Amino acid sequence: MLRLSFTQKSGLLILALLLAYALGAPLLQSGDATTQNLSQILTAPNADYWMGTDHFGRNMWLRLAEALQLSLMMAALCVLTSALIGVTAGVLAATRAPWFDRLMDGVVTMILALPGLVLVLIFAAIVPGSFWMLYVAISLIQWIEYFRISRAITQRLTQSPAVQSSQLMGFGEWYIFRRHYWPAIAPQLFTIAAFGAANAILMMASLGFVYVGIQPPLAELGLMIVEHFSYYSDAPWLLAQPLIALALVVLACQLMGRGKSL
Amino acid sequence: MRQLLLKRLLQLIAVSWGVGTLTFILMRSLPGDMAYRIAASRYGMDAVDNRAAELVRQELGLDQGALAAYWQWFTDLLSWNLGNSLVSGTPVSESLWHMLGHSLLLAGAGMLIALLIAIPLGLASAYWGGWLDRTLLTVSTAMRAVPVFVIGLLAVILFALEWNLLPVAGFGTPAHLVLPALTLALSLAAISNRVIHTEAQRVFGSSFYEFARLKGLSPWQAFQHHGIRNIAVPVVAFLGIQLITVIEGVVMIESLFSWPGIGHGLAHAIFARDIPVIQGAALMMGMMFVVLNTLVDIACHYLDPRGGRIA
Repeated sequence: MLRLSFTQKSGLLILALLLAYALGAPLLQSGDATTQNLSQILTAPNADYWMGTDHFGRNMWLRLAEALQLSLMMAALCVLTSALIGVTAGVLAATRAPWFDRLMDGVVTMILALPGLVLVLIFAAIVPGSFWMLYVAISLIQWIEYFRISRAITQRLTQSPAVQSSQLMGFGEWYIFRRHYWPAIAPQLFTIAAFGAANAILMMASLGFVYVGIQPPLAELGLMIVEHFSYYSDAPWLLAQPLIALALVVLACQLMGRGKSL
Repeated sequence: MRQLLLKRLLQLIAVSWGVGTLTFILMRSLPGDMAYRIAASRYGMDAVDNRAAELVRQELGLDQGALAAYWQWFTDLLSWNLGNSLVSGTPVSESLWHMLGHSLLLAGAGMLIALLIAIPLGLASAYWGGWLDRTLLTVSTAMRAVPVFVIGLLAVILFALEWNLLPVAGFGTPAHLVLPALTLALSLAAISNRVIHTEAQRVFGSSFYEFARLKGLSPWQAFQHHGIRNIAVPVVAFLGIQLITVIEGVVMIESLFSWPGIGHGLAHAIFARDIPVIQGAALMMGMMFVVLNTLVDIACHYLDPRGGRIA
């Protein structure tokens, strides 16, 4: 059972609230996030539009929810994929033939040689505005973290008496993984996953911000920040909304990643 | 030492080849007709027709096969000829050098300010603790939760729009450097002041430090002889890890402030599909990364000649 510190609990609470908003917002107000209403642009929050409207008269309550959905989905997908690939590759690299280990080591060095954002930028250049391309690129960077941890742990365990006696008793590889490797790896994964989720969200927003990520009219936090920046003096609340939302999501993930030591 | 440098040199070569090949493959698989794209960014969207695209194709040799193009590009790379920009027609290596200067200036200024902020704060919070420590922890946590471009935006709003103290974007005068460098510095200092804090606390609480005080050294003497170096080694090593933040920050900040560096150039080139510039900029960033890492390694080596820490 996972025992959470107070910091982690507060992170979880913020994340749960954001998730509830992202999923529940469309139920509370009808309409959709892309319908423009040019006679009501830049309105302040009121009874009809709980968070006001943007420069095209689009409903911010719904747009923000959609942007959050997109960010959270990206984070979840990236974490799941990279954890799966990373742990599998890590355990295999530690237990299989040495050439596989060396090959993986080479691949990792190659990927790490380039700052992550630059790699994602290059990938984003292939298919601009594609959610799936961003997903592939971000996962490509993030699996390395899982790979390194699980490889290090597994390598240490393969020589341990427990694993060796399991092997001598003829247990299968899957059993050894489940019984010995996984319980050692699993507790480490939570921290990496939490920070990985935060990074994935930041990365997507950064790309949106330099205009090579998700393209309009889709709602995306980084993109909304640039779009609304021009209207800063007329409608400061408009700029504040995606900024606060982004900061809250990332903060929630980072708080969850904190162990008890901090 | 020599072994370390040799290893880094090998890494540099591997990185150049890897990045070059990767960008080449990716760029080749771009959807859409390249000649059309380039013609559009040269002459404007409306002026493009089949004839213009055909002219561009012939001029740039875009109709040759993938392998031939790769070989051509690779042999050119060996002589540091990165080709000409597809959009402006000027040699890429020339404009890259130009951009590199600006990027290094920004990165250098940012790191310097970051150290000026982080070292006193980190040491002070470790020495006195209490409310100073708690405030710093809260501020640092908050700063880490926002991406670097948000810090930049807030800085623009405060200093340029509200108080009219500094120019919003562009470059030329020293005043233009202040906001980008400050933004980068703040995002770096948010993390490094905590690292300095932890390391300083470790040293201040250690038995050798206590002994130094017991044998009669003043606080300043003890710090000078037993503190500085012991704190510096892990902090400099951490700088190496932070280089990623620096380079990613440079990309974002340059785009935000229209600072004419490599990150700005890369983002623009991606937008315009200017392939030689994309390749060149990615290559340059990969190499800059390795070179800066090497410098950090060398610094660590001189701070702690016992070695062993260097991976």
